[in-house]
Amino acid sequence: MTGNPESTPGKATSKRALVVGASSGMGAAIVRQLVSEGYAVAAVARRQEMLEELGSAASSGKGGRVLPIVHDVNQIDEVPRLFEEVIQGLGGLDFYVYAAGVMPDVEPEEYDTEKDLLMVDVNLSGFIAWTNPIARYFHSQRSGTIVGIGSIAGDRGRKGAPVYGATKAAMETLLESLRNRLAERTVRVVTVKPGMIETPMTEHLDKLMMPVSAERAAKDILKVSRGKFWNTRHIPLRWLPVSLVIRSIPSFLFRKTSI
Amino acid sequence: MGTSTHLERRVRAEERPRRGFEYVEGWGMTSGAESRVWKPRSADEVAEVFRRVAGAGRHLALRGAGRSYGDASINAGGDVLDISSMNRVLDFDEETGIANCEAGVTIRDLWRHSLPRGYWPKVVSGTMFPTLAGAAGMNIHGKNNYKVGTIGDAILEMDMVLPSGQTVTVSRESQPELFHAAIGGFGMLGAITRVKIGTKKIHSGEIAVAGVSVSNLAGMMDYVDSHTGDADYLVGWMDCFGKGNALGRGLIHHARYLDPGEDPEAERTMTLAHQSLPGSIMGFPKGEVWRILKLLSHDPGMRLLNFTKHQMGKLEQRKGWYYQSHAAFNFLLDFVPNWKFAYGRKPGHGLIQYQVFLPKESAHAGFTEVIERQQRLGHTSYLGVLKRHRPDPFLLTHAMDGWSIAMDFAVTPKNKESLWSATNELTRVVLDHGGRFYFAKDAVIGPRTVESMFDEDKLEAFRAMKAKLDPDELLQTNLWRRAFGNSGTFTSAP
Repeated sequence: MTGNPESTPGKATSKRALVVGASSGMGAAIVRQLVSEGYAVAAVARRQEMLEELGSAASSGKGGRVLPIVHDVNQIDEVPRLFEEVIQGLGGLDFYVYAAGVMPDVEPEEYDTEKDLLMVDVNLSGFIAWTNPIARYFHSQRSGTIVGIGSIAGDRGRKGAPVYGATKAAMETLLESLRNRLAERTVRVVTVKPGMIETPMTEHLDKLMMPVSAERAAKDILKVSRGKFWNTRHIPLRWLPVSLVIRSIPSFLFRKTSI
Repeated sequence: MGTSTHLERRVRAEERPRRGFEYVEGWGMTSGAESRVWKPRSADEVAEVFRRVAGAGRHLALRGAGRSYGDASINAGGDVLDISSMNRVLDFDEETGIANCEAGVTIRDLWRHSLPRGYWPKVVSGTMFPTLAGAAGMNIHGKNNYKVGTIGDAILEMDMVLPSGQTVTVSRESQPELFHAAIGGFGMLGAITRVKIGTKKIHSGEIAVAGVSVSNLAGMMDYVDSHTGDADYLVGWMDCFGKGNALGRGLIHHARYLDPGEDPEAERTMTLAHQSLPGSIMGFPKGEVWRILKLLSHDPGMRLLNFTKHQMGKLEQRKGWYYQSHAAFNFLLDFVPNWKFAYGRKPGHGLIQYQVFLPKESAHAGFTEVIERQQRLGHTSYLGVLKRHRPDPFLLTHAMDGWSIAMDFAVTPKNKESLWSATNELTRVVLDHGGRFYFAKDAVIGPRTVESMFDEDKLEAFRAMKAKLDPDELLQTNLWRRAFGNSGTFTSAP
């Protein structure tokens, strides 16, 4: 109406993505794949050298590029300013993945508040701080995709990962709320629930069950996010029956297992 | 990741005034821009926003609830100040019904505060969501404009933060020039941060309503004119698909307040519970009703819907007087939440509202030509609402001793160019009949239309006041640049 190109959303391109937690693991793999498809990707991560590496490795003939943004998701005060930087740097936003997450080793008899709250900060508070302005933005733009990474660990309260599992369960509930809030605005909110993925986060674990590579997981995540069928999807899909079985084990038996 | 600082960072002072970065859109969805959005919580914070934005060499739009249809609160390339966090009713005098409110208080907040105390706002819009700041800036009117004037007529006093950062209190007695220019000044002179406004004593939570079916425009205007003396509200719904003798056919709603003692259950009807709008419409949850409207959102569908409504109007007339809660009678637009989505949700889809004001002498001829011409151009309005108005003392008022028809036109990426050229033609017709437009609704007019619709000396006085109070044009909107710029056109480009 103003004749100003700024006044129409999503017109110039619909290939603008933001990945928070982009320096390694699934986040980095998602950035690489998006860039290879011609996306402009704002890659947010704590470690500058990893971002630089990602920026030089991820290039494509399709005009994709990386906009590196150094940020620790603990510093949630920075988010409003950085979000503005992202939108202006990319000229808008269509796709958002929050891939930042930590899962420190927790000993069977360990009850460490500081360690636990670190997980709450990175996995949950950072997610909330980044997702709120993006949800608001997608709401008024009436388009966009939000992808949150839950986990099979969120399905049950396991002995081995109490707060990690709790943060993922909280994320999944929050994502469901967002999905229901934003559906009328044609904003898609996808929860992916990876099984065991070979990433730096899981390196310290002794044995991974049915592992897949971060690249494979990233590919699946992007495919699911673009489809219309799944709102919540295990990655890879073979975790769905496993998850159903795990969920159905009665509590008094579940505590006897080492799952 | 280090460990010792993690607990520390939980204690943080949030930045004031709060700000975010959003895609800011007009209600009709046809205009929007990305902006830094400031949400001050006090007049001091408003002044602080002014200082920071001016200091950064940027410009700022003032926004209330964002209910203006066009680009009145959009500011491409600049910042936006959203007043909606300042939403406290400061005090309410139960003897006089005078409410003293922060300016982000909405009409909804106001009536919900006043009704249990026996008062109803003197002027309300067809939706309850605008803020008082926005309502004052646009000088909104209701279905009783012919009788009580605009909202400006109900306002007693306002606080404003001027672009210089100075706070002033304006009223009819102190600074009357600024008072009369700021009301209807669409946020170009300063931010309204407090509004003292009168409300009307009522004796029931209900209002008596009668539907009167009319077969054409002349019938509608005759009925309204002969009842301005006895009706408290008069509004005509019009089927814009009507042609020839049936042009302007529709349904008038004629309403009056109840007298003391007329409602034996006044205590019950004057509760908030009694005012709630229905949760479903014909069995459909109201939040989903727009999806049904969307199925009809094309010319044949709307022709059918308008025709059906006209027939139902004839039935409504037969039932005579009936009672409706104030909220149900006044806030018709809120019955179907997000009804605008019936016009589409994808980028490029939406609606414009085109409200045409004509003096009483030329109204019938002018409206007839506007409706005939839009039909001929293939852009028939899906909704027409006729109201009677009266003049008021505000500098850039849209109101006059005359009439208005508000019309909704669907906008799609395909029809936009042709619709804009149609509005250009219609605008020339309106100006030839001495008409005006209304900034809360407008999305199309250009500077030559503004020059022709206001008296030259009034427009000059407004421009002089803007130059004096805001020499660097800190306060700007897309509307300001479109309608007060120097494009030299009657309407804007699509």
